[in-house]
Amino acid sequence: MSLLWLRFALGCYFIGLIYAFVALSRTSDLFSRIALHAASLGMVFHFVSLTELFLSGQVVWASVHNGESLLAFLSMAFFMVIYTIYQTTSPGVVVFPVVFFLTFVAAVDEQPVLLTQFVSHKGWLIAHIILIFTGYAALVLSFGASLLYLLQERRLKSKKATSLISFLPALEVIDQIGYRSLLLGFPFMTLGLLTGSVVAMTTYGHVDFLDPKILLSLLMWAVYMVMVFTRWNSGWRGRRAAFLATFAFVAALAAWAANYFSAIHRFAAS
Amino acid sequence: MRFQLIGVNHKSAPLEVRERLAIPESRLPDTCRELTAYPGIEEGMVISTCNRVEVVTHTTNGHADLRGFLHDHFHLKPEELDAHLYEFREKDVVRHLFRVAASLDSMVVGEAQILGQVKEAYATARAVGAVRGQLDQLFSRAFAVAKRVRSETAVGSSSVSIASVAVELAKKIFGTLQGKNVFIVGAGKMSELAARHLMAHGCASIFVANRTYDRAIGLAQKFNGQAIKFEDLYSTCDKADIVITSTGAPHAIFRREHGEQFLARRKNRPMFFIDIAVPRDVSQGMAKLDGIFAYDIDDLQQAVTSHVADRRKEAERAEAIIAGEVEKFEARISTLDVVPTIVSLQDHLETIRQAEIDRVRGRMGQLTPEQEIAIEALTRGIINKVMHTPITTLKSAAKESEATTVVDVVKRLFNLQVKGKDIPLQESPKKKDEVGTRQ
Repeated sequence: MSLLWLRFALGCYFIGLIYAFVALSRTSDLFSRIALHAASLGMVFHFVSLTELFLSGQVVWASVHNGESLLAFLSMAFFMVIYTIYQTTSPGVVVFPVVFFLTFVAAVDEQPVLLTQFVSHKGWLIAHIILIFTGYAALVLSFGASLLYLLQERRLKSKKATSLISFLPALEVIDQIGYRSLLLGFPFMTLGLLTGSVVAMTTYGHVDFLDPKILLSLLMWAVYMVMVFTRWNSGWRGRRAAFLATFAFVAALAAWAANYFSAIHRFAAS
Repeated sequence: MRFQLIGVNHKSAPLEVRERLAIPESRLPDTCRELTAYPGIEEGMVISTCNRVEVVTHTTNGHADLRGFLHDHFHLKPEELDAHLYEFREKDVVRHLFRVAASLDSMVVGEAQILGQVKEAYATARAVGAVRGQLDQLFSRAFAVAKRVRSETAVGSSSVSIASVAVELAKKIFGTLQGKNVFIVGAGKMSELAARHLMAHGCASIFVANRTYDRAIGLAQKFNGQAIKFEDLYSTCDKADIVITSTGAPHAIFRREHGEQFLARRKNRPMFFIDIAVPRDVSQGMAKLDGIFAYDIDDLQQAVTSHVADRRKEAERAEAIIAGEVEKFEARISTLDVVPTIVSLQDHLETIRQAEIDRVRGRMGQLTPEQEIAIEALTRGIINKVMHTPITTLKSAAKESEATTVVDVVKRLFNLQVKGKDIPLQESPKKKDEVGTRQ
């Protein structure tokens, strides 16, 4: 049942995906309203899907697909918060495709892949997953914002920003969205990694720092920290911030992919 | 629909003529009263702005002497005025008013002021009772159409002056201008105008630097700002988010190294340079820096030109919307014209039916409830059948030009006294519903 709801959600997010492509070339108020409503409806389905999963009471939380689904949901939630504050759907240009991709991957497979390891502290594990994914979602958004910042900066520099068609919010607004997501995501990411270490410690008795998953996660965290620091200290934005954000994003993707290579963070077919 | 309109605008009459026709706001109520007291005029109002003076009326027979009214009111001879006047009737009045309210007839197409001015004129006329029936309907619709044009086209959304383009760009960079600081370098008329616009949009404070310090003080005082000595320019400039520069310097005064300094001190927060100096004050090297947005006079002018072209294109779309709305309004008003006749026809036949039932009731003796119902149904059925054709004919005639003739024929045939010719038309849709249920 949960998968069915997720597929409904996927259908709604598909409209968001189309919006993302269309919005790059032209603006339509009507279409962004449609996309927003579709996204909200998708979130409702998505929420139902996640709730059913949770109520089923298994540790399926720790499966790859459910992880993807949760991450997609949290990214959408961030997007909605930003919409409420700034009344702009433009971060959707980046968020919608990411969310669609994640939901798509999570929704195609009937058999979720599960963590094979026995985990003794389920509460810590759930905390780890939710915290880390909130961090990821914030990162997705701040990455999106830094791309939009670049785009808007180029438009303003090329003196074309005053044409009637302009879907982007003001440069400083985009900057704020990115910075706030960054600031908000950082503590989540940090706490997520800490709870992860706690889970590892209690399960294996030690943390293997040479494990690719842990190495990449730490790298991502370090880049994240550099981003927050350079922004706070010298106001890095625009191109430099976008490079860092891309780097952090790639590191995050790599850390995610490392699930398939890691000895301790491994998944296998259930 | 017996609307009539007469007036002058910036296209038809020079300023000297418009000046003589302009009516001060305080005199508007009296003018409206005078207008409605004029022979043949049921409702009337006057729109008087710096670009137009128009008299809009709803008349008894569609042939009120509005020229006569203008001659009398302004004590002008026909030869002084008539050449500049334009006059519209019926559907053309509707179209013209829709265009005026939607700012398509304005000197600067799409400017937002006119709608407010028309609304004020309408409120004044309504307050003195000069607008109450069909004219009320017409203006309510005109405001709705103007709103539609504004939301569905971009006719009013772009700036068409250098100063407003500058404000728009600043908003593209900073979002809100609240709390932003402006620096004027080189006191000139144009930079003063741009600064005034920026301040009007919420900028917090102003610094002024000029080679002649006294002029800087003078300008700073005007804005309640702060005068800065020219030699302190580079050390203070980073405090400003927006810099308007227009010095007569032969070389660029803002170079790459200055830009780098500013950005470092501002922690890379962006700066917007409005460079209206020729030769330019901001070097190409500086304009290329990330975080520096420099627009020179040509860039701004180009934006203005492209906006003017955009507006023209949008205006065409607006005209199409208006054409559709005029048709709709005409159809609606003409249906409303026949509604009183239909209602009175129904009332008339209903009275006859009741009277006949009462008359024969005595002869029929005691009736069972079922019989009562049967008689009701029978008589109503006959009436409805009889009324069906006249009502459909009236309704379809309403859409044609023969409406008045058909209405007259029906009235004569049935000897109808149509009440409520002046009923405020807002009530009419309700009556229309009644028509529907009785059929």
